[in-house]
Amino acid sequence: MSDLNSQRRQFLKTTLGASAVAIAPGMLLYGMAHSKSAAASDKVRWGMLIDTAQCKEGCNDCVTACNKQNGLSGGTKPTDSQFIRKISIKDVSTGYEQSLPMMCQHCEQPPCVDVCPTQASFKRADGIVLVDRHRCIGCRYCMMACPYKARSFVHEPLTDQNPDVPRGKGTVEACNLCVGRIDNGQTTACAEACPNNAILFGDLNDANSEIALKIRSVASTQVRADLQLNTGIRYQGL
Amino acid sequence: MVDLSALRSKNRLFYVLLAVAGLVALGGMYAVHMMESHGHIISGMNNQIVWGIPHVFAIFLIVAASGVLNVASIGSVFGKAVYKARAPLASLLSIAMLGGGLTVLMLDLGRPDRIIVAATNYNLTSVFAWNIVLYSGMFSLVIVYLWTMMERRMNPFNKAAGLAVFVWRFVLTTGTGLIFAFLTARQAYGSALLPPMFIVLSFAWGLAVFHVVQRVIYLWNEKSLDPAIQQRTKNLLGVFVIGSLYMVATYHLTNLYFSHQTGFEHFILLNGGSITNMFWWGYIVLGNLLPLLLIYTPGLGKTKCVIAASSLVILGAFAFLYVFIIGGQAYPLNLFPGYEVSSSFADGQIATYQPSLYEFLLGFGGLAIAFIITTVSVRVLNFMPQDKPYIAD
Amino acid sequence: MKLLVTLLLCLCIPAAWAADANMPKLDVGAGGQCVKDTQWMRKNHMHLLKHQRDESVRKGVRSEQDSLKNCIECHASTKDDSVIAREDSFCAGCHRYAAVHIDCFECHASKRKAVKAALAEKEVQ
Repeated sequence: MSDLNSQRRQFLKTTLGASAVAIAPGMLLYGMAHSKSAAASDKVRWGMLIDTAQCKEGCNDCVTACNKQNGLSGGTKPTDSQFIRKISIKDVSTGYEQSLPMMCQHCEQPPCVDVCPTQASFKRADGIVLVDRHRCIGCRYCMMACPYKARSFVHEPLTDQNPDVPRGKGTVEACNLCVGRIDNGQTTACAEACPNNAILFGDLNDANSEIALKIRSVASTQVRADLQLNTGIRYQGL
Repeated sequence: MVDLSALRSKNRLFYVLLAVAGLVALGGMYAVHMMESHGHIISGMNNQIVWGIPHVFAIFLIVAASGVLNVASIGSVFGKAVYKARAPLASLLSIAMLGGGLTVLMLDLGRPDRIIVAATNYNLTSVFAWNIVLYSGMFSLVIVYLWTMMERRMNPFNKAAGLAVFVWRFVLTTGTGLIFAFLTARQAYGSALLPPMFIVLSFAWGLAVFHVVQRVIYLWNEKSLDPAIQQRTKNLLGVFVIGSLYMVATYHLTNLYFSHQTGFEHFILLNGGSITNMFWWGYIVLGNLLPLLLIYTPGLGKTKCVIAASSLVILGAFAFLYVFIIGGQAYPLNLFPGYEVSSSFADGQIATYQPSLYEFLLGFGGLAIAFIITTVSVRVLNFMPQDKPYIAD
Repeated sequence: MKLLVTLLLCLCIPAAWAADANMPKLDVGAGGQCVKDTQWMRKNHMHLLKHQRDESVRKGVRSEQDSLKNCIECHASTKDDSVIAREDSFCAGCHRYAAVHIDCFECHASKRKAVKAALAEKEVQ
């Protein structure tokens, strides 16, 4: 019996070893032969500064651009995904009204990442909070945890997605800060579309970037700053 | 002389019951299949109410599964003979309900096919991930505990296993409470009171389920329960119900004291429509006051009253969870304190929720699974409580 | 033990012959070889894709060549621009033959991007 066992073990070892030997050099050589774009760097912290004074009530250009970029239907049913939305706010005591875009705030301490059981919600080295749909099991705990209601769940099967932005039924999604565009050296779709340049996108860590300079010179706030999540999206004039 | 025809008809009844439960479970599977192929669009859940009826059922089953073990713990850990005789049945119920509850929870996922992903990618900061360990650990521990009770050679380990189960179930219910307690931004949740509240609730719900199942098993076997034992467990249920009422009252009263929470409390307690009704009529009146009356009114408190009280406590549990889970999500997140808010994504609005038939099918499917595990086990193994002549201890 | 394995392997030989005969004729689109030879790719494409997917999603390392999008760009059919639409489509044909479920296209587009862009333009006009 034990002889049989050891034989079996030997057989398994040999086959496993052989297949590893067969694949490994290929993968290795392959990896060396192809240059790839650099990985996201933790020296960078992508963020946005949104000037609410420049954001016009009734203008929806950022939302439209976002929907086009990400292949969203643009529907506003409770089951439709919305990565960015325009919020109208009115100070209850003074009656002062403002309009502003709201989306994933790309927190430094994102509650969605803390609660995700499979690490599908994660924060990239450069501060972008994303959902890895290959790992998302659709438990929706992140949607419960997000203080900004930034996340949506894909309720229906999808077809004809944008090849650059894969998305599908049964997984959670949110603003991805146009990660594909950023990796391409472009700005976000919403910032590009805003007619009044109310959305300033850039690297918060780069002392000489436009956004870093501006954030040093004007008063800006974080939404729900009391939660101390250190959001990457800041608002000016709120 | 055994009456054969009576035995035969009972046998038939057993299979009929099993078949009915099987059909209900099949209905649950059908709901899962439909949600798999059409997506969650066919459920009533949406981007505002992300957890719905399936979660009400699942959390009830999981919380009650831990609570029912209380019966076993009083026996094994605190050495009360009356409860010790009931430990096997309590353990079985725990396994059955945990199985049913977890099935519902898993099958409601957006991608239940990726369950292997959940098992292989583990996030140490996630309570959900901790719970995967807690639930599977509970399963195995209770099975070992049952083994130490039902296999004579394992009896010496019974005390140790009982203690382990006792500790584990507290941690487990704490974990269930923490799922909500860790949600910092939601008005309804994010309170350290929730884990202890869930523990006390679990005591009441678990014992209520135990009472009902025990009664059915005694009826089936044409036995009657010693009134003294009935009296004891009845009083215990009363204490648990009062305890849970106290915890829920504390939770709402502390919220009422904070002015930033009063909006939410007004919604739940005053102007939440069906949520408010569910809270006052479903939970407070049916789930607490009526059972307390049935238990403590002099002259009442006989078998029928205890079973009625227990059933009402179970009903109240569903009402409570509906208010807690659905009501808690329906109240909008407070993004801009001091501002009136509106948007296309239902900011600043009370969310609406219309549960669909599929959600109920899935929930009842979970109950059916618990029922099947219990009835089959009770039939093939001896779970009948074996009481010695009653001695007060 | 050895005997058993040998026997099982012997049984596989006719199965393999039969299999070869039924190999699907695939519509390879523009085709060509840019990564590795066909046999190697048949066996190992999933490792490349999976490796690349984790690298690009989680770390932002994007390689044009290894991306699923790039595969589709060349291998989508020249008739309907898809890799899964027909029996003999590049991905679907072989996966059906091997009885391996593909999960990719529940989220990823199954058509080449250039065409999609052209279609969208047409719509605008």
